[in-house]
Amino acid sequence: MEREKDEMIAQQISIFAENKPGRLAAVTHILAKEKINIRATTISTSDTFGVINLLVDDPKKAQKVLTKAGMMVQMRHVLAVELGDKPGALDDLTQLLSKENVNINNAYGFVVESYERAIFVVDVDQIEKAEKLVEKNGFKTLDTEALCAVEPFHYSKY
Amino acid sequence: MFWEKGIETIEKDQLEKLQLERLRKTVERASRSSYYGKIFKEKRFFAEDIRTLSDLVKIPLTTKDDLREQWPYGFLAASKDELVRMHSSSGMTGRATVIFHTQSDIDSWTNQVARCMYMAGMRKSDVFQNMMTYALFTGGLGFHYGAEKLGAMVIPSGAGNSKRQIQLMQDFDTTVMHVIPSYALHLTTVFEEVGVDPKKDTRLRMAFIGAEPHSEKMRRRIEDFYGVKAFNSYGLSEMNGPGVAFECPRQNGMHIWEDAYAVEIINPHTLDPVPDGEEGELVLTTLNREGMPLLRYRTKDLTRVIPGECPCGRTHRRLERIKGRTDDMMILKGVNIFPIQIEKKLMDIAGVGNNFLIILERRGFSDEMIVKVEVQREYFSGDLKQLEGLRKTIVNELKSDILITPRVDLVEPDSLPKTEGKAKRVIDNRED
Repeated sequence: MEREKDEMIAQQISIFAENKPGRLAAVTHILAKEKINIRATTISTSDTFGVINLLVDDPKKAQKVLTKAGMMVQMRHVLAVELGDKPGALDDLTQLLSKENVNINNAYGFVVESYERAIFVVDVDQIEKAEKLVEKNGFKTLDTEALCAVEPFHYSKY
Repeated sequence: MFWEKGIETIEKDQLEKLQLERLRKTVERASRSSYYGKIFKEKRFFAEDIRTLSDLVKIPLTTKDDLREQWPYGFLAASKDELVRMHSSSGMTGRATVIFHTQSDIDSWTNQVARCMYMAGMRKSDVFQNMMTYALFTGGLGFHYGAEKLGAMVIPSGAGNSKRQIQLMQDFDTTVMHVIPSYALHLTTVFEEVGVDPKKDTRLRMAFIGAEPHSEKMRRRIEDFYGVKAFNSYGLSEMNGPGVAFECPRQNGMHIWEDAYAVEIINPHTLDPVPDGEEGELVLTTLNREGMPLLRYRTKDLTRVIPGECPCGRTHRRLERIKGRTDDMMILKGVNIFPIQIEKKLMDIAGVGNNFLIILERRGFSDEMIVKVEVQREYFSGDLKQLEGLRKTIVNELKSDILITPRVDLVEPDSLPKTEGKAKRVIDNRED
């Protein structure tokens, strides 16, 4: 992507799955074999089907290998916002989005360094507006590459 | 653009003369079989009683059950020495039936199939890939012989082995394919998987689709994906197999070859004939078969004759796309429903994939219909709300047509059981 503002948008992969035993296992098995690292995951389900959302270190490759296995996969743009791992940090972000009437469809987070840094991922309805908004208010957003770089340990370097 | 202009554009009075002559011969021939011989004797009916075509209704109807009961030789009207082939029905709905052919039977059937293909626009320069089961099923061999007679090169690929089908198409520049519609749709996912676009990467220009009822939307999906013109083909093994009725380039109804069959449409309950334009069960009499003539055979297929002349110039009447079979009909809470009704509705909804399955269950005293629907790959945006919306749309659309609220389950593409033969659309788990 050429435009700079897009660079700070992360990619999440979403997989359609029937709500029955073994579907998540089928996804993780493929990712394990391809050595793709999963940073975070959420699952939203309806009665008989659902969507598995994954934040991985190589979303393009994940999409490719899962599609090849016959799965229905879509890349979705999300905001990955860096927060302090402390009380009230998430509240600052959600208050800001709420005030500007940005709707959150899905959200999840993970801690990078205990009591130091956390990443909060939001799937919102007006992503570009939301991205500008959080940047303007001093939050740092991360793109896929930056997300990879926040590994607590860079195993490959050791 | 005729294979046999004289026969294909024959005037009505000439056709009737030919039909009467052939009918008399057929009835005489049929009386040699043990079954018809016995029936005629009982009813004191003689071949000479056929004075006009309208005398046809004096002959009792023949049913599939009669064929089953007379297995194997009860309908045989030739000596076994004269026979050169037998075919047996797919037996999807009960015990199998058998049909015998003499050399002359095979020749006229072959010619009929060639006539169909030529009518649609196939020529000797074409390469014809016959993706049908050979063996006892008539779809494979019937088309194979017809295509050779026409002079095209035949690739007898048979059914299944999807990747090889695609490879053959590319390696030998297939221009025409013969395929069961549900398999053609299943094959689309294999094309995507191997990264071949039939529109760009093959020379396909025409498809013959038949052997199972399908909707107009399904035809258009096949045409759009493959970049071909797809022609509806109708046949049944009892009437030889494929080549009984076929679409001309107008793609508006299938010309039924009236030099080979006497055509009636009856009300399946009262058994009374209905006029052209009215829907009912198709009843056919073979007019040029020696080995095993069948008189007033109830096909169980529901259709109607499209009234009026076809602009293509052929005088043989046109049958509308088969609506279903009398024994496909599901009765749910007192409502009659055909699988094709469900298909028609589903194919109209954006986001619906290529395959579906209807499951009927009984819960207590109430019947329930569950429709499993594959989601179209491109439709999925990763949003659960969108899928929920699709599910609701399907429920509402079906309800508006069949007046019953089905349970709709969305399933992953290509997850429903696929068949290389005729698609299984309904599983009935209700116990009587």
